Amino acid sequence: MAYTIQDFKKGQPRWCPGCGDHAFLASLQKAMAEIGVAPYDTAVISGIGCSSRLPHYMATYGMNTIHGRAAAIATGAKVANSKLTVWQVSGDGDGLAIGGNHFIHANRRNIDLNMILLNNRIYGLTKGQYSPTSPRGFVSKSSPYGTVEDPFRPAELCFGARGHFFARAVATDAAATVDILKAAYNHKGAAVCEILQNCVIFNNGTHESVYDKAGRAKNAIYVKHGEPLIFGENREFGLVQEGFGLKVVKIGENGITEKDILVHDAHCEDNTLQLKLALMGDNDGFPVALGVIRDVDAPTYNDAVEAQIEEVKAAKKYHNFAELLETNDIWEVK
Amino acid sequence: MCTNKFSKPKIKNMAENLEIKELDSVAVRFSGDSGDGMQLAGNIFSTVSATVGNSISTFPDYPADIRAPQGSLTGVSGFQVNIGAGKVYTPGDFCDVLVAMNAAALKTQYKYAKPNATIIIDTDSFQEKDLEKAAFKTPDYLGEMGIDPDRVIACNITQMVKDCLADSGMDNKSMLKCRNMFALGLVCWLFSRDLDIAFNFLKEKFAKKPGVAEANIKVIQAGYDFGHNTHSSAANVYRIETKVKEPGRYMDITGNKATAYGFIAAAEKAGLKLYLGSYPITPATDVLHELSKHKSLGVTTVQCEDEIAGCASAVGASFAGALAVTSTSGPGICLKSEAMNLAVIMELPLVVLDVQRGGPATGLPTKSEQTDLLQCLFGRNGESPLPVIAATSPTDCFDAAYNACKIALEHMTPVVLLTDAYVANGSGAFKLPNLAEFPAINPPYVPEELKGTWTPYMRAENGTRYWAVPGREGFQHILGGLEKDDKTGAISTNPENHDLMTRKRQAKINNIVVPDLEVIGNKDAELLIVGFGGTYGHLRAAMEEMNASGKKVAMAHFKYINPLPKNASEVLKKYKKVVVAEQNMGQLAAFLRMKVDGFVPYQFNQVKGQPFVVNELVEAFTEIYNK
Repeated sequence: MAYTIQDFKKGQPRWCPGCGDHAFLASLQKAMAEIGVAPYDTAVISGIGCSSRLPHYMATYGMNTIHGRAAAIATGAKVANSKLTVWQVSGDGDGLAIGGNHFIHANRRNIDLNMILLNNRIYGLTKGQYSPTSPRGFVSKSSPYGTVEDPFRPAELCFGARGHFFARAVATDAAATVDILKAAYNHKGAAVCEILQNCVIFNNGTHESVYDKAGRAKNAIYVKHGEPLIFGENREFGLVQEGFGLKVVKIGENGITEKDILVHDAHCEDNTLQLKLALMGDNDGFPVALGVIRDVDAPTYNDAVEAQIEEVKAAKKYHNFAELLETNDIWEVK
Repeated sequence: MCTNKFSKPKIKNMAENLEIKELDSVAVRFSGDSGDGMQLAGNIFSTVSATVGNSISTFPDYPADIRAPQGSLTGVSGFQVNIGAGKVYTPGDFCDVLVAMNAAALKTQYKYAKPNATIIIDTDSFQEKDLEKAAFKTPDYLGEMGIDPDRVIACNITQMVKDCLADSGMDNKSMLKCRNMFALGLVCWLFSRDLDIAFNFLKEKFAKKPGVAEANIKVIQAGYDFGHNTHSSAANVYRIETKVKEPGRYMDITGNKATAYGFIAAAEKAGLKLYLGSYPITPATDVLHELSKHKSLGVTTVQCEDEIAGCASAVGASFAGALAVTSTSGPGICLKSEAMNLAVIMELPLVVLDVQRGGPATGLPTKSEQTDLLQCLFGRNGESPLPVIAATSPTDCFDAAYNACKIALEHMTPVVLLTDAYVANGSGAFKLPNLAEFPAINPPYVPEELKGTWTPYMRAENGTRYWAVPGREGFQHILGGLEKDDKTGAISTNPENHDLMTRKRQAKINNIVVPDLEVIGNKDAELLIVGFGGTYGHLRAAMEEMNASGKKVAMAHFKYINPLPKNASEVLKKYKKVVVAEQNMGQLAAFLRMKVDGFVPYQFNQVKGQPFVVNELVEAFTEIYNK
């Protein structure tokens, strides 16, 4: 059966006008319709925060749970009922601060979850405190003199936890967002999608360099598996490997041709170059990488759990409670 | 599996001048280094005794250190077995026979022996360095402890085991592992136990290592023969005859295993997948171990990253349609509270097992207390009512776990199941249950005809929210930690609605029907003993002892604490004097005083991390009785 966006829509979102979550919600609903899994076989599970309100606007099954626990709750739902397609939605505070432990372990175990990380680098619901993705020196209500701590870089955390899928999109970039959401669905295992999202009230402009189309043309690179890493308003720049790092080169200068440009390999098991791509940006002379940065096949936890159950079922002679009792040392009193 | 028919114990050729004591019950305490296999010896002895129809109750007493130095005082591990002609309710306050495999064991365990107890020691482990490690000051260790040498069976167990296995080709270390079997053989001789049962046990246990089984069997026989040949050195020989027998098929089961079995049985009865989200914690970990074995029954266990995820993932599994359980001890409850509360407001079924240990904080991890009651009843933000059930004995853990699941599933609520280290690690003879005879478990699945009109907080007649499991078309809904509108299920901050929802959640728990409080003992009692959970055996033994001495005492023991049984108030107010005895500073008493107007009981409170001592209970209760 084919689904439309309407089949996934519910209610009237109550985010601030201009919040990046509006745009993301529309892309998620569009992606779900295109993916075609029934709303009743889909669960959207969030924690607490502005973005965690999202399940309320979905006509699927869902839970808007407690702060930080979305990944753990989603883990239980998926492992207990693997037929469900589970989307876990968190913000940067929910997913990487209070819920950091669950984030890394969901990745390490490789639970088949589509893990959405709406990153606006701020706590919005509590009205403007710095988050674990706010840059060093960030001034906020709880850091009036600037923070004295370094932020997490989500990709680094994902890769450090042995994550097999990482993609990034800008919330307002609908087509690219839908693309990575579909790729996340198609990837079996934990699939982290970092959504760069603007908070108009408390952290306006945090992703300014790539938030509109013109900015992305200049400051972003869309990476695609099997294609050369070329970017720029006129596709005039490319990435090459130099020593242990990457380097931006201009095509046509110094004898550089398209053939010299590094070809993206999202399926490469070794994540070294994928990590380098993911960490680009933030005024370092490199473009911000968007698209599917890493997408490597690996056995999922939930499949392995089920396979092990089947294996043990075949090997053991007891399959119900009465038979289980008989495996013990039993004596009879007459 | 081995099925042994009841057979009368064979009395081997005892010398005529031997004094044979007929006893109602006898407690044997095996003690030695943690690695000495005391638990195995104790388990075999209890199985052998149970097989001839004796009732049994066991209690392991582990050291807190994982691997204390060999022969040191902190490394001693004990395992007490109480066997009875009639029913035994406890592992016994003090033992009649103490097996001390080394000097440190004698030093630390002698306090658990009765004044006239028989002491069995391995003299090879009482050499100078052993005595030094055990902080004896002189070579006269018996004199130092005031032990009458006539009560001691001193034998060079280590040497005899080596001699016995000299031709086996085993290395020294492997041979020494059999020392426990020599002690077991000797104890079997003392109690005229049928060695064949022990032999069968070992053959089963070491089915894949016949050499090990053979060596152990040889050593048991040697220990038995030693006892037989040297009987004059023992002060007493004991016989426990079977008086009361309830026919049926039995197995020995620990509380933790019985709990795991209760969960498995409930899942099967309800037709649901059993999901356990857990994190290892003493003394609850054996439940995780047990359940993780039974994948052939479809049991799914996830050892999570922390206690929080253990509970949170169980909430997710419950939402997704499983019978969800999380297991822990007190410190874990602290961490799970938030997710338990989520299950309260989302009204999802969840069983939270709390195997209580000594607290606060890390407290006494291997010891037993009842100090989590108020935490489980009230330790969450907001108005957060949930049922609390407490298991009364190792075998009762099965029923308690089954009923916790039934209540959770049928009333769409988290349920706390309280056991404790004593009940969890202790064991008893478990009559094999027939699942067909257990009450059905019927979760309130949302009726198909409500499709189109259903909202998530619609309730069945008894106030229970319907369960719509994902995968059902037309019942998509959102649950969550935010308060919801009673009618629409949408987020609501309406003050009247919040008040209404709070009352509905409370009423749902109040409406749960639990069995009446049972009163046992003297019908015209002047004193009612009240307790809950794992102290049942000790309180009952104290009551019976008082009644046997002509006093009029009754007992009412709570298994269901929230909601209280309907007759609780009536029972508590009926008696002239009531004493609430518990292993905390008065948590049940406080709860009962809150729930029963004008109820002012006497209290007996002990927080030592050890089981009650029946004699101490009798003394304290007699004082109250005579007031």
